[in-house]
Amino acid sequence: MRLITHNMLKCHVKNCTDPNQQFPLRFKDVQLEQIEAERNDEFLVRMLPRLDWPALLTTSKELGYSLPQSIPENPQDKDEFLQALHTFILETHVKEGSMVCNGCSHEYKITNGIPNMLLAEHEI
Amino acid sequence: MKLKQLEGYLGDVAAFRDPKVQLEQYPTTAHLASRILYTAESSFGDIDGKSVVDLGCGCGMLSIAAAMMGAKSVLGIDVDEDALEIAQENIGEFELDDTVDLVKASLCAEAAGSGDERLALNEDLVLPMQRKFDTAVLNPPFGTKPGNKGIDLLFLQAACTMVEGAVYSLHKTSTRDFLVKKAQSWGFDCEVLAELKFDVPMMYKFHKKKSVDIEVDLLRLSRKNEQ
Repeated sequence: MRLITHNMLKCHVKNCTDPNQQFPLRFKDVQLEQIEAERNDEFLVRMLPRLDWPALLTTSKELGYSLPQSIPENPQDKDEFLQALHTFILETHVKEGSMVCNGCSHEYKITNGIPNMLLAEHEI
Repeated sequence: MKLKQLEGYLGDVAAFRDPKVQLEQYPTTAHLASRILYTAESSFGDIDGKSVVDLGCGCGMLSIAAAMMGAKSVLGIDVDEDALEIAQENIGEFELDDTVDLVKASLCAEAAGSGDERLALNEDLVLPMQRKFDTAVLNPPFGTKPGNKGIDLLFLQAACTMVEGAVYSLHKTSTRDFLVKKAQSWGFDCEVLAELKFDVPMMYKFHKKKSVDIEVDLLRLSRKNEQ
């Protein structure tokens, strides 16, 4: 799973204790892998408004990556910014580990790169 | 890429090892997948450089076809661990790990009511993905098994919620008029791109004949201009 996908996942537990803490899910004991991908600036700029930037920023700090506090003006001309964004959301893969909800502490396992968002009967 | 070339490559995508009746796991053939994705790109420019979501991705046939037609980022979602395992193997074989992500999740939630209205959209999954993708491709369950009634519509609704652009989906021709009306109510135009005979081979015990032809539409739903 790449971080562009993680940026769209929130806790699925019904009556999760605090709705404001359901997102982003916090990574725990993760194994990361960088896989090179071709950079496409037009794509990155188009995705910008669809990203939850504060959540992405939180995740980047957690994993030790550096992104600017906010999206710069004229992002299409900012080579350094686009490279950092590309590396973080499209080239950084989470292979193993889990994602934890900061609200209800539910843990979603990631196995072989696939996060499991399904809940057991009693958690629904 | 040429159509024949795409179909040839997709012939190597492994299918379900042990298809599950309840999940209505009919494989999407290389023939069908190549035509859907080729048309989506060559006639509408909906794939190359785009972000694509594949709902009920199964073994990843449509996801892989989308990536091969130039999709920049693909997300496949399925509820079945066994299918996802095969999908992951397929993606590895095609060296598309840099493009295709998989998530194990259900698009459906149990509704409060009972009977025919048993299924509802899993909003915890679908709403955070609202309009995050350019294009959706899906071969949803047809909702013909008991307990699955209406699941085809739910998949289509989830797809429409998630895209900024267009949805490509396969549905029984008998549901066409109903789906066109539904699409309108969600703010989408609906076009029938092709009428197909879906050859469902004898995979399950309840199929008495060797194979059953089902009439299926390939639909393209596109968001109406919002003014």
